[in-house]
Amino acid sequence: MNPVFYILAVLTLAGGLAAILLRSLVHSVLAVTAAFAGLALVFLQLDAQFAGFAQILIYIGAVAILIVFAVLLTRSSELPKSGVFSNTWIVGLVIAAGVFAVLGWAVLESMSAVPQQAAVPAVTVHDIGNALMGRYVLPLEIVALLLTAATIGAVIVAMHEKEGPK
Amino acid sequence: MMHDGSLAANLDQIFILLRDWVVGFLPAVLRPAADAVLGVIAIICVFPAFFAVVVVLERKGVGRIQNRYGPNRVGPYGLFQPIADAIKALIKEDIVPNRADAVVHFMAPLVLLITVFMSFAVLPVGRNMALVDMDSGLLFFIAMGAATELSVFMAGWSSRNKYSLLGAIRAVAQMISYEVILLLSTVTVVMITGSLSLTRIVEAQNHFTWILPHWFIFTPWGVAAFVMFIIAGMAETNRSPFDVPEGESEIVAGYHTEYSGFKFAIFYIAEYLSMISISALGATLFLGGWSAPLSFLNWVPSWIWFFAKVLIAMFVFIWVRGTVPRIRQDQLMNFAWKFLLPIALIDLVVTALWHFMGEGWMRWMVTAVILVACWALMGRLEMRNRHIGPRKYRYAE
Amino acid sequence: MTGFATPLANYLLLAALLFAIGLAGALTRRNAIMVLIGIELMLNAANLNLIAFWRYGPHPEALTGMMFAIFSIAVAAAEAAVGLGLVIAIYRHTNTTDLDKMNRMKG
Repeated sequence: MNPVFYILAVLTLAGGLAAILLRSLVHSVLAVTAAFAGLALVFLQLDAQFAGFAQILIYIGAVAILIVFAVLLTRSSELPKSGVFSNTWIVGLVIAAGVFAVLGWAVLESMSAVPQQAAVPAVTVHDIGNALMGRYVLPLEIVALLLTAATIGAVIVAMHEKEGPK
Repeated sequence: MMHDGSLAANLDQIFILLRDWVVGFLPAVLRPAADAVLGVIAIICVFPAFFAVVVVLERKGVGRIQNRYGPNRVGPYGLFQPIADAIKALIKEDIVPNRADAVVHFMAPLVLLITVFMSFAVLPVGRNMALVDMDSGLLFFIAMGAATELSVFMAGWSSRNKYSLLGAIRAVAQMISYEVILLLSTVTVVMITGSLSLTRIVEAQNHFTWILPHWFIFTPWGVAAFVMFIIAGMAETNRSPFDVPEGESEIVAGYHTEYSGFKFAIFYIAEYLSMISISALGATLFLGGWSAPLSFLNWVPSWIWFFAKVLIAMFVFIWVRGTVPRIRQDQLMNFAWKFLLPIALIDLVVTALWHFMGEGWMRWMVTAVILVACWALMGRLEMRNRHIGPRKYRYAE
Repeated sequence: MTGFATPLANYLLLAALLFAIGLAGALTRRNAIMVLIGIELMLNAANLNLIAFWRYGPHPEALTGMMFAIFSIAVAAAEAAVGLGLVIAIYRHTNTTDLDKMNRMKG
């Protein structure tokens, strides 16, 4: 058994748990950043180097900062007076536990049908570039359009509304 | 090509030979781990020593540009100033504000230092001398640069100080804007080389026509990309003229206002180390890394050329710091998004043109003309509503 | 890192657990931004699943799983941007990010 995987799994799960349990929102964001970093290291352990570095670059370098700016702009960094958990929190917990039970049962049941070990794939960035420009060029262009539309949409939605003529 | 066993080849590889000799004393099972550990120790010793040299260069250099001597009391001509700085930083009291968030306040400089040190692992310091030769080395370097932004925010927010928070927000906004320019200017090099691995990029520049090298800076698109890279590098490390986040005359010290003693020293070291690492990346991508400038100078060890180029890039940083006034936050963001980004995108197109036009003088002409025209056009567009006449000087009577 | 190999089921269980944690976060917290953090955790768990199946699947050189994961990362970033823009717009309108208070369509 590889000890590295267990250390990374503990780090990721601790980050995720801390993210949903901590009261202060900025601490939650930092904890979820630790979870992102743990996941990036798990990707590196799975020999998916490009995905791992892209995870660090995009999630830690952009999404975490986006969430932090949103926290600051909505003044959510102060502790709320009425508690952080919603009134119906028990329902949410039961649903999440149910989902985990179903997923866990499915994984454990199918352990014999799926190969549990495999050789290291020899994948270079060159192959990824060829794939992106060859077989996956249409999804690439569509994602580019999607990102443009999302950027423009986010800016328009969050912009200050100009005062109309009164 | 160098023949094995000659003095030049041995000097060139002297650190590799040293490492192999030391590791040879250990049993075979421990050798890979010992290799890695020795490499890490070498990085941790060499680059902070280089930082000490840069500190002296900066204090004396900026002093001379400002028509004063700079520190000259500690040692001959003030050369031992970093030792005095280190002692001062270590004996100062470490004050943490009462209302500050103690855990985040403590972790911010550590996270910054760790990510900055990690980025040194992929740099090819000499022939065969990169600590880790990763297939996507450049992506790793940029990812480590992106991870430093979060620690800047952590430092600013945890101090519970409005100046710190303001400085942190300005710093993060500036860093994410110029990160885009940094990435786009490195993509041109990746396009021509066809690889993200820094050792392959240096090897692609290690060829000579007559005696001149094939460095990417000697091409029109390379010059444009290098200039944008240096500007973006200065902005990424919050270095003057882009130092509004730590503007000493405006917001006290920005995001490291509430840090004193050793933690401030860590921020100081991390800022200079990130400057050194960006200069080193610029030297690797555009100035040919460890390759010699003229083909008959190949006998000089490769790591000497690398450090010489990094020193030249640092000198440019210091020179610009002493010369150019500070740029305002909105001018800074305007400059990145409205001027540099279109030029970076056009540079990508020009690089592709360069690659597909084949050898000859035609491609030099076309690419140079397109880049100069585009730069002049963007400049005119930016200046169209500003009426700036000739400078009038007023002297004290 | 192929000294001792980890079975595929470990990665899938880690992904399932992370997904459940993200779901719990999205369903039990009041703040709208916490819900978005939960959604990001769920997307990350799905990415982990994709990469694990790519690695242990029959044709890793076809790169399907890795491509899927990379596009998923890009789309998740876009969705986070739009979602946070919405949260900021709602805050500006109702001066709160508390989801328990936004239980009416009026306003």
